[in-house]
Amino acid sequence: MLTQTEITKIEHEVQQVPVRKAAVIEALKIVQEQRRWVSDENVEDIAALLGMSADEVDSVATFYNLIFRQPVGRHVILLCDSISCWVMGYEDIRHTLLELLAIKKYGQTTADGRFTLLPNPCLGTCDHAPALMIDNDLYRDLKVEMLQGILNKYE
Amino acid sequence: MEAPLTSAIQPGVSLDIKGYEAAGGYQALRKVLQQMTPQEVTALVKESNLRGRGGAGFSTGMKWSFVPMDMEGPKYLVANADEMEPGTFKDRWLLEGNPHQLIEGMIISAYAIQAGISFVFLRWAYKEAAREIRRAISEAYAAGYLGRNILGSGFDLEMHLHTGVGRYMCGEETALLNSLEGRRAVPRAKPPFPQISGLFGRPTIVNNVETLSYIPHIVSKGVAWFQGLSRTGDGGTKIYGVSGRVNKPGAWELPMGVTMRELLEEYAGGMQHGYRFRGALPGGASTDFLTDAHLDTPMDFTAVAAAGSRLGTGTMVVLDDHTCPVGFVHNLEHFFAQESCGFCTPCREGLPWTEKILYALEQGQGTAADLEQLDLHTRLLGPGNTFCALAPGAMEPLQSALKYFREDFEQHVHEKRCPYGNHTY
Repeated sequence: MLTQTEITKIEHEVQQVPVRKAAVIEALKIVQEQRRWVSDENVEDIAALLGMSADEVDSVATFYNLIFRQPVGRHVILLCDSISCWVMGYEDIRHTLLELLAIKKYGQTTADGRFTLLPNPCLGTCDHAPALMIDNDLYRDLKVEMLQGILNKYE
Repeated sequence: MEAPLTSAIQPGVSLDIKGYEAAGGYQALRKVLQQMTPQEVTALVKESNLRGRGGAGFSTGMKWSFVPMDMEGPKYLVANADEMEPGTFKDRWLLEGNPHQLIEGMIISAYAIQAGISFVFLRWAYKEAAREIRRAISEAYAAGYLGRNILGSGFDLEMHLHTGVGRYMCGEETALLNSLEGRRAVPRAKPPFPQISGLFGRPTIVNNVETLSYIPHIVSKGVAWFQGLSRTGDGGTKIYGVSGRVNKPGAWELPMGVTMRELLEEYAGGMQHGYRFRGALPGGASTDFLTDAHLDTPMDFTAVAAAGSRLGTGTMVVLDDHTCPVGFVHNLEHFFAQESCGFCTPCREGLPWTEKILYALEQGQGTAADLEQLDLHTRLLGPGNTFCALAPGAMEPLQSALKYFREDFEQHVHEKRCPYGNHTY
């Protein structure tokens, strides 16, 4: 079940567009903002609200890499894996992060549910490579020894 | 040296409406609404020969002139702020530092095509830009620059900020429109072009942030001024950037046509100690490598094309002599394969194949036949064989790496290893 807050916010977005289903990306963003990810049940509820089939909603949800269709941790780390960061030492950052988080690969969440680590294409800060984002925060000019301190800021 | 786009920007500060107006902001809009017809604005921009700064370099005024002005019903203007070309970080500077300049450019451009609704399509990662644009849009509404009957002219314009949810494809203008309509960001067949049938089937212009930000300056100071800023036939200044193993990576607004050597040596401070320049992608991930033989090439649309590459976004990524060219291209093809929307076969099937071959080469498992396969792919995924420019763009760094760094590829095959050391992916 979508909450009344979610429905109100989605209906507000529907007002901005000529057809209801054009608000589907906004609806997915609204739900994810509240719940951190979008479940099958959420997909069905959004579909019903916007007059779409669940598959139609899911085809949009799964297309975009920043709509999460699986549970994620309390904080999502997006590590830039594009060319300037790769040249400037991305691989060391990735290895260290995997070690510090005690996970094996991208897409995994730490045992305490604190972090999920994902790769992300170019964060658009190539003159300060390597870079990563945690939630809304950008970290640049990364060095391996900075990583523990950065992680410590997040509960 | 004049830097009209960036001279008002202070590091770490986003110009608010008072600061922007004090620097002469919104005077061009007043001039347009009081003294110019929409057709005169389009004619002025066409005459300036302002070329699109998003990568393709198409004439902005020409693009606008395809909008059917007598068509009844809504028209749209969209600012493409989905800066996602790897190696590109120029629009971020304008979006964070001077959002009103973009907004004024959008209002004037919307007036030229008589659009009543406009969108800023902003990539998800630009959180600070989103805050500043949201603030600037509401300041512009409060000052009467947006909304109904702007400055008493009778012209109405609404403006919305749309923040994306990822995918490089959103930078392609027809895919961007699909995304704004709440669909998967796959490209549309052209024709009809968006100027005729774009957002929700209505006439739509999509322009890059740097392009739109130039419009107020061209209106205020004129065509001769704009062309005089440049050293070459392509007018204006350009925001250039350099990243990689240089001493001072960064972005600078410089006269169109500065050379690669000036950018690299004077502005980026030369290569880091112990690193030698081997080549660079002059304008983002989807441009052909240029090498030290090309360092005196003026960085404008025409000269970079003549040298066998593209100006693209004007932000250069440097390949140094400690970085494996095969690994470098593998990183790029991994990106393109991942970002392919899967809509057409050569791109969906061909890009993962090139990525796997490059991976095998890096792991010491490549064969001579693999190099032939890579050569073949650069033709099969080239222009004319795919639905949009993603796959042809992906082939540009690959084909030029095979040409300029062939011996590196062959060494991977003969020595059955990456001579630059083991990369783990």
